[in-house]
Amino acid sequence: MSPAGEGAAIQASGLTKVFGKQRAVDGLDLTVPRGAVFGFLGPNGSGKTTTIRMLLGLITPTSGEFELLGERMPAARPTVLPRVGALIEGPAVYPFLSGRDNLVRLDSADVRSDASTRAARVDAALDRVGLTHAAAKKAHAYSLGMKQRLGLANALLRQRDLLVLDEPTNGLDPQGTREVRSLIRELAADGTTVFVSSHLLSEIEQVCTHVAVMSTGRLVAQGTLDELRAESVRRVVVETPDVDSARGVLAAAGLEPDAASADAPGTVTAALGESADAADLTAALVAAGVRVRGIRVTGETLEDRFVALTGEGFDVAG
Amino acid sequence: MLLADELKTLFRRWRTIALLSALAAVPVLIAVAVRVTSHIRAGGGGPAFVGSITQNGLFVSFSALIVSIPAFLPLAVGVVAGDTIAGEASLGTLRYLLTAPIGRLRLLVVKFLGSMAFVVAAVLAVVAMGVLVGVILFPVGQVTLLSGATVGFGGFVVRALLLVAYAALSLVGLTAIGVFLSTLTSVPVGAMAATVVLAAVTQVADSLPQLDWLHPWLFSHYWFGLGDLLRAPLVWDSFGQNALLQLGYLVVFGLLAHARLSTKDVLS
Ligand SMILES: Nc1ncnc2c1ncn2[C@@H]1O[C@H](COP(=O)(O)OP(=O)(O)O)[C@@H](O)[C@H]1O
Ligand SMILES: [Mg+2]
Repeated sequence: MSPAGEGAAIQASGLTKVFGKQRAVDGLDLTVPRGAVFGFLGPNGSGKTTTIRMLLGLITPTSGEFELLGERMPAARPTVLPRVGALIEGPAVYPFLSGRDNLVRLDSADVRSDASTRAARVDAALDRVGLTHAAAKKAHAYSLGMKQRLGLANALLRQRDLLVLDEPTNGLDPQGTREVRSLIRELAADGTTVFVSSHLLSEIEQVCTHVAVMSTGRLVAQGTLDELRAESVRRVVVETPDVDSARGVLAAAGLEPDAASADAPGTVTAALGESADAADLTAALVAAGVRVRGIRVTGETLEDRFVALTGEGFDVAG
Repeated sequence: MLLADELKTLFRRWRTIALLSALAAVPVLIAVAVRVTSHIRAGGGGPAFVGSITQNGLFVSFSALIVSIPAFLPLAVGVVAGDTIAGEASLGTLRYLLTAPIGRLRLLVVKFLGSMAFVVAAVLAVVAMGVLVGVILFPVGQVTLLSGATVGFGGFVVRALLLVAYAALSLVGLTAIGVFLSTLTSVPVGAMAATVVLAAVTQVADSLPQLDWLHPWLFSHYWFGLGDLLRAPLVWDSFGQNALLQLGYLVVFGLLAHARLSTKDVLS
């Protein structure tokens, strides 16, 4: 199937999962185009793994519908899932089996997988994640990072049209994280659609073409990276000893200066509208006798946008 | 084909090997005990056939099987059947098996068949080791059956295999129960313990005359009916009744397990 085959790679509408009273995922409408590297972002507890479990048929949605690779799920599980590689909430291994035997077992679980190419596919997958040297070792002796690699190898055992990777960089060192990113790039270059979740924008920002942002079970943004960047706001920062008169000038120019911040005395900031121009503002400030030490315009980073959408810092939702 | 892989995985596990070894130790223990004490106490008392061992070592196997039926075999079955689904859930591998994908019904069937293969291996371990250690430690000869007729070694092997089949059949119901309990939890020890406790409670109930109306429905009711297979001509009554009862348990708990697993939210 070509990457541009029938239908989106993932299409969900109104997908909802309720645990007890908690709406872990709430009315999710998601479209993942074929060929995209789709970043699924959100802080811990925002519903990413729950969404992925629903998409893969592990849990039944409370309501809502979805298709994978153009086929209606969960009915199409037997034909669709072989084309989907998955890493769900971290790796899971049989500690008493070697890395290689772990992969053999999972591959032979599907009656449709080709036994005659199994050994070669297992070795190729191990090689791809850099586990060849440890393939014969029992998995209980693996570090978390090695288990994560084994989980990735399992996702790569067959030719996949879609990869669903839930926090694939968890437990990896910076080197491993870079390797995962370049693996994702390679796979995407082959035409595989990659759906990758993370609570850290910075880990996947460089490889994504699209992103969706989750916050407490709801989707708060969805689109291409450029669309999301376009939504971000430019700000003007004025450094001056005459804070009050500077605020007056900015207000007169039609901006809304932010409340004074104790962290940065001697600076005035304001969101810069479409029309406002920093050069005009500088002239106006000087004309009003405001002593300007410096004036600059900052773009909001995607990280700022992410934080603005999902709420501050490390709070765990739920 | 997952069954082949399941068997390979199951029988390579250290735990499985330990269980089979422990079961194989039962006839060794009996034989050695009889051998060491044979000059003190000749015949009489103890489990069935123990008194005959000094005359014919082949009886070690029968004796060991009867000793293993009420406790050791159910314990081993509980450990293996109770682990089937719950063990995969607790490792987290259940989610990867299901997304491989394997159908949930297929997984259940494979797990049940794997457990039954273990049951056969467990019973065989007791009987085969019994024959081996009996031949080594005691004289062997014609085997006198319960009906008084005697059979040679060939006839003995046939009877021993019939006993293995009977004992394995007797454990079909408990295995099905264990697999069902295993679908209820992601804590394998819980399912194992529940299965073993149930086997014990059922045998207690089977021994209470006040509950005699219940007895024919208890999965352990025909566990000791294997004497029928040691008569000439063979009496098949308890074999047939036992098969029907075990089949009933298999159907009921198989359906329950399927109903449970097919709708289970896999959150581990
Ligand atoms: N088995 C469960 N029972 C009850 N609540 C759960 C269960 N699994 C997840 N949740 C809740 O659902 C919410 C979303 O969890 P999850 O999808 O794991 O988030 P994420 O993967 O984004 O960190 C959390 O608030 C979590 O507490
Ligand atoms: Mg998660």
